[in-house]
Amino acid sequence: MNVVMAGVGGQGIILASDILAEVAMRHGYDVKKSEIHGMAQRGGSVMSHIRFSEKVFSPVIPEGECDILLSFEELETARYLDFLRPDAWVLINRYRLPPPTVSIGKEMYPEVEGIVREKTRRIVFVDAGDIALSLGNKRVLNSVLLGVLSTLLEPDTDTWEQCIAERLPEKVRDVNIMAFRMGRDIRQENKVRGG
Amino acid sequence: MKKILSGNEAIARGAMESGVRFASAYPGTPSTEILETIAREFPEIHAEWTPNEKVALEVAAGASYAGARALAAMKHVGVNVAADPLMTLPYTLIRGGLVLVSADDPELFSSQNEQDNRNYARFAKIPMLEPSSSEEAKDFVKTAYRLSEEFSTPVMLRTTTRISHSKGIVELEEPEDPPRASLERHPVEWVMLPANARIRHPVVEERLNRLKDYSNSSEYNVMEINDASLGIIASGAAYQYAKEAFPDASFLKLGLSYPLPDVLVREFAAKVKELWVVEELDPFIERQVKELGIDCHGKDRIPMCGELNPDIVKKAISGSVNTGSSSLKLPARPPNMCPGCPHRGMLWALKKNKCFIAGDIGCYTLGFLPPLDAIDTCLCMGAGINHAHGMSKVLDGGKKKIAAVIGDSTFFHSGMTGLLNLAYNKGIALVVILDNRTTAMTGAQDHPGTGIALDGSKNIEIDLEALVKALGIDWVKRVDPYDVDTTRQKVKEALEQEGPAVIISSAPCVLLPSRRVSGVPLKVDSDKCTGCKVCLGIGCPSIEFKDKKAIILDTCTGCGICKAICPFDAIGGDV
Repeated sequence: MNVVMAGVGGQGIILASDILAEVAMRHGYDVKKSEIHGMAQRGGSVMSHIRFSEKVFSPVIPEGECDILLSFEELETARYLDFLRPDAWVLINRYRLPPPTVSIGKEMYPEVEGIVREKTRRIVFVDAGDIALSLGNKRVLNSVLLGVLSTLLEPDTDTWEQCIAERLPEKVRDVNIMAFRMGRDIRQENKVRGG
Repeated sequence: MKKILSGNEAIARGAMESGVRFASAYPGTPSTEILETIAREFPEIHAEWTPNEKVALEVAAGASYAGARALAAMKHVGVNVAADPLMTLPYTLIRGGLVLVSADDPELFSSQNEQDNRNYARFAKIPMLEPSSSEEAKDFVKTAYRLSEEFSTPVMLRTTTRISHSKGIVELEEPEDPPRASLERHPVEWVMLPANARIRHPVVEERLNRLKDYSNSSEYNVMEINDASLGIIASGAAYQYAKEAFPDASFLKLGLSYPLPDVLVREFAAKVKELWVVEELDPFIERQVKELGIDCHGKDRIPMCGELNPDIVKKAISGSVNTGSSSLKLPARPPNMCPGCPHRGMLWALKKNKCFIAGDIGCYTLGFLPPLDAIDTCLCMGAGINHAHGMSKVLDGGKKKIAAVIGDSTFFHSGMTGLLNLAYNKGIALVVILDNRTTAMTGAQDHPGTGIALDGSKNIEIDLEALVKALGIDWVKRVDPYDVDTTRQKVKEALEQEGPAVIISSAPCVLLPSRRVSGVPLKVDSDKCTGCKVCLGIGCPSIEFKDKKAIILDTCTGCGICKAICPFDAIGGDV
C-alpha cells in the first residue's frame, strides 16, 4: 500500500504520516516513510510518502503506484498526480492557501477538481477545517483527515485511536480522538454519493 | 522491541547502544536530529552544540584520545569546515572509537551545493559505511565503533537526506559497556610535527590495505545472486531504488563502500552479463571499478545531478525513453520568511538605502525571493562579511553602499574571523548581525549567544556588542528591526561612517516563545488603500492582493512592518 500525504508546512502532515506508519507496523507490515522537512516550517510545500507491505525497498513511491493521495490543501493535490495509479483514491481537504505568486495577483489559483478528475474518478472532498473548528481546535484537522483515510485502509479503529493517543499530549488527546471519529463518519456518509 | 525511527534517530540510538560518551555537532539539515535525539533521549551521553563543525570534530577527537567513544555529526558542507582536522586525524592514534557522520544532500533540499562526501573518505583514507535504511543506520554505527577501535582510525558514516529523514522499523538492542576514559600520552602518535607525521603516513597506507582485506570479507558487503543477466553494484539509498526497480536482478550491495572490496567486485563482475553501478552524484564507485580494469555502465546513463529514485533508475537501465512527468504548470510554493519575521524590517531598511547586500546562510537568505529581492550573494557560512569587505576595497570612490548580513548563529560559526579581518584591514563595509537569538533555519537550536546549552542548562551568554568591539569595531549600534523608520535611519548613519560599522538587528525569531509580536492580525482600511502595492514589496505571506486592494490574512502576527511602510496610513490595528 502506497499513500502520499500532501500539503503545506504547519498543517500536521508529518505527525499524521507518523501515525499511519505506526498503525501499519502494528498490523505486522514492513513500513517505510519519507518526507523532506528542512524548510517545511517556512510555509513551503510538504509531501510525505508512506509505504507498507510485506517488504518495502524504496522509501519513495515510484510513479504510477500511489494507492491513496491524502491532500491537506487543494492546489497541493495537483502536484503529485504522476504518482497515482489509474484507480487511486484522492481525498482532498477543502482548503485553499494561495501561494505567493497568487497572493500578489501574478498567477491564478488553479481549478484543481477538474485536473484531478482527468486522473481518477475516485475523489472525496472533505471540509476537515470546519469539523476541526466545530471541535474548537483547528489543529485537529490532521486527525479528521486520518479518520477519513482510515475508512479506506482498516476497519479496526482501536489501533488507530491507540496510536493517536500515544503520539499526542494528554490535553489534546480526547479532542483528536473525537476528530478522528468524526472524520470516519463523514466518509461513511460520503460513500453514498461519492466514489 | 521494534520502533519506527528516522535514519537520524537510528544513528542516535546506535550511538547509545555503542556506549558513546561524547557527541558534538553544529546544526545542519539533514543532520540536526542526531544530536537533538541524543540530548532528548540519552542524557547519559554528553552532547553539545559547538559553534562550528571544525570544533565539533576536534572536541570529539579529544574525547576519543581520552579513550571514550565519540561522535561528531554534520551536514556535507560542514565537513568542509572540519576538513583540516579530518585530513590529519587519520595519522594519529585513535583510542576510543571516533565516528564522523556526514549527512549529504543530493537534490539540494536545504543546501548550497550537492557535493558527494564519499570523496572525503578516499581523500582522508578512512573507512566509510553507507546505510541504506534506518535499521542499517543503527547497526552500522555499532560496526563503525568496532572498526574504529580495531584499526585505530576515524570512521565515516555517510548518509543522504533520504536516509537521514526517512523512517523505517528498527529492532532496539541493549547498550554495550562503554570503554572508560583514561589519560595516556602518545607523543609520536599525537604530536603531528613533520618528524612524527612522516612516521605516521606509512601507518595510514598500511592500514588502508588491511581495511581493503576487511572490506572483502565484511558481512555488510554482500552478493545477492538472482538473474545473472543484470548485475548492479549499489550502496545507500541507491540500492533501495535499484532493488525496487529491478527486484530480480543480481546485486552487490556495499555497506562498507570504502575501501572498495576489490575481490568481491571482480567475483561479482564475472558472474553477471551486464554490470551497472547505480549511485547518486559522483561516479565514486564506478571510477574505482574501472580502475580495476572492469567495464561497467553507470554515469553514461544515470544522472550525475540530483537525487535518484526508482523511476530514474528503471528508465536508465532499461533504456526506455524518459517520457517526462506531466507538464502541468502550477504556481510554486517555495519556503518563505515567516509572517512577522524580524529580518524583513532590516532587509527593507537596507534596500531603501540602496545597499548591495552580501548574504550568508540562514533564513534571511530567503530574502532573495521576489518581491523583496534583498540578497545579492550567498556562498557558504561566514562568506558574506568577507565578500562585502573585498568588494568595498576594490570599488572606486572608496565608500560604496556595500553591506553584509549574517545571523547570530552564523556569526559565531565563522563570521567572527571575517569581522576581525575587516577591522584589522581598515574595511569600510557595513556589517549587520541579524540577532534573532537562535539558529532558526534548522529549527531553533541554541548557540553561545543564548548561553543555553544542548542539555538546557544556562551557561555563559556571549555579549555580542562587547564581542564586536573586542574584534576591533568602534561603531556598534543596536536597533529594533520592527521599528522600521529608526532602522532605516540607523543604516543611513552607518553608511556615512568613515570606518567600519556594525549594526546588531535585535529581535527574537517569530517562532520563539520570546517573540515580540502581538499575534493579533492587522487590518487594511479599504477606503484608504489605494492599491499602491508598497506593502507587497516586503514579501509577507500574510498580505494578499485582491480586487486592487491589499488584504491581510489571519496568519498575520501583527508585527507592524507593513503598517510602518504604508504611505497612506491604510493599515490599522495595534502593534
